[in-house]
Amino acid sequence: DHKSHKKRRNSEPFAGLSDVSISEDIPVEGDISVPVGSSRRDDELSTLDEPVKETILRDLRAVGNKFVHVLYPKRSSALLRDWDLWGPLLLCVTLALLLQGGAADSDDQGGPQFAEVFVIIWFGSIIITLNSKLLGGTISFFQSLCVLGYCIMPLTVAMAVCRLVLLGGTGMVSFAVRLAVVTASFGWSTFASTAFLTDSQPPNRKALVVYPVFLFYFVIGWMVLTFSPSQ
Amino acid sequence: MAATNDPFQFQEFEEAANMLEIHRDATTISIEDDGPEPQKQRNAAGFSPDADNDDPHDADDTAELLSGQKKNAPFWTFEYYQKFFDIETHHVKERIFGSMMPWPGKNFIHVYLRRNPDLYGPFWICITFVFAIAISGNISNFLVHSGRPNYRYTPEFRKVTIAATAIFSYAWLLPLALWGLLLWRNNKVMNLVSYSFMEIVCVYGYSLSIYVPAVVLWILPFEWLRWCSVVVALCLSGSVLVMTFWPAVRDDHPKVIIAIMSGIVLLNILLAIGCKTYFFSTPEESHPDDSSPANEAIKAPS
Repeated sequence: DHKSHKKRRNSEPFAGLSDVSISEDIPVEGDISVPVGSSRRDDELSTLDEPVKETILRDLRAVGNKFVHVLYPKRSSALLRDWDLWGPLLLCVTLALLLQGGAADSDDQGGPQFAEVFVIIWFGSIIITLNSKLLGGTISFFQSLCVLGYCIMPLTVAMAVCRLVLLGGTGMVSFAVRLAVVTASFGWSTFASTAFLTDSQPPNRKALVVYPVFLFYFVIGWMVLTFSPSQ
Repeated sequence: MAATNDPFQFQEFEEAANMLEIHRDATTISIEDDGPEPQKQRNAAGFSPDADNDDPHDADDTAELLSGQKKNAPFWTFEYYQKFFDIETHHVKERIFGSMMPWPGKNFIHVYLRRNPDLYGPFWICITFVFAIAISGNISNFLVHSGRPNYRYTPEFRKVTIAATAIFSYAWLLPLALWGLLLWRNNKVMNLVSYSFMEIVCVYGYSLSIYVPAVVLWILPFEWLRWCSVVVALCLSGSVLVMTFWPAVRDDHPKVIIAIMSGIVLLNILLAIGCKTYFFSTPEESHPDDSSPANEAIKAPS
């Protein structure tokens, strides 16, 4: 009888509405699928006593896990549910550092300053998040920042590759290789982030949400591509 | 009027049925906000041949009655700004195409905005324009100077801030001034047509959309091509603005009409020419003994 109750709740989501009077029979834990990470709730009570290394490693593992999710953007809720901003910060600092040392030693028009990269990435993400929320998206503010920040990873990798290629020369071949790498990673970033962001939008506004994301990664890709080393 | 514009005509049901398919929400939204609109927009764009040609004023009346049902949230809340993002992809597309192809007699605000001005279009068109100018200017400078031995390629990021300041003041401060001016004239002379601030911002924002492909075209270092596209873009965007604001000032004193209209057109010209000369250097202007692109930029406007 217990099990048949639970089975009925499985198949008809609103069946419980008619059974309000017997709510004591329905167990609270029911059949909600509990992901592995929920054991953290129990851990939180005791994390004060664990060694610092473990705390840091746990966060690093969470960040690394999200990197893997960006590499293979399939529908998973890890990026959205357990959002964090460490990964985006790490990527932003790495990208800004890699964009330094360009043809900018004496001429301040050479390349983006460290602060400019920061401003573009963070303000750009905030504006895109506001845009998607104003258009009626159901994703939360920080979840969206998290997704946009993590999806910069392909472009950061492309920047590292570009710097390596530039060590070999700055001719047409190197430009063609850099163009191909940056285009591929820009497409990857846009595809990965829209895979996460457009689920929360009504279908007739998806293009309105995707376009600013496309513009954002296009501008970052442009900064990566036009990086020229100091001579 | 009511007999010819019976809301229960056959075409209206078709529109409502289409809207029901697209909208997930209840029918109230589709009838209120989109009932007269798609018909108006299809009339304007000439897409559906069998829609009847409704008088714009009839739809104005229904739109006025229905628009009163929008929520009035105070301006410091999120919901206030959300009502300016109450548009869909096809609305934005129609508005952009409508601003690129002005038709005499079709007022952009009446035909496309339908009392539903949006902030999405103006904002993102301005941002696209800023980056398009900066990137195209960079590419064109590279193409023009690449043969010279002293040229060192620099991505000129400072120009993005300058472009952004110029374009955002044109698209947001100028409508503010124009709105204030029209409000002041409205007090003196009774005008039949008056526009809200958001509608003016919307017109200005969408009228900039023709410049984005023009700016991309300016990458090619052919002066005749650049000037041709400047003239074409000026005519299109200027005519959208003139045809929009003509009904708002035509009842006024002739000198005021001329002053306002020429001000609108002149500032538009100033924006186009200013962008072209500051961000895009021509092959003749760049001297071989100059080694820094910064000097080019300073020399070009003179």
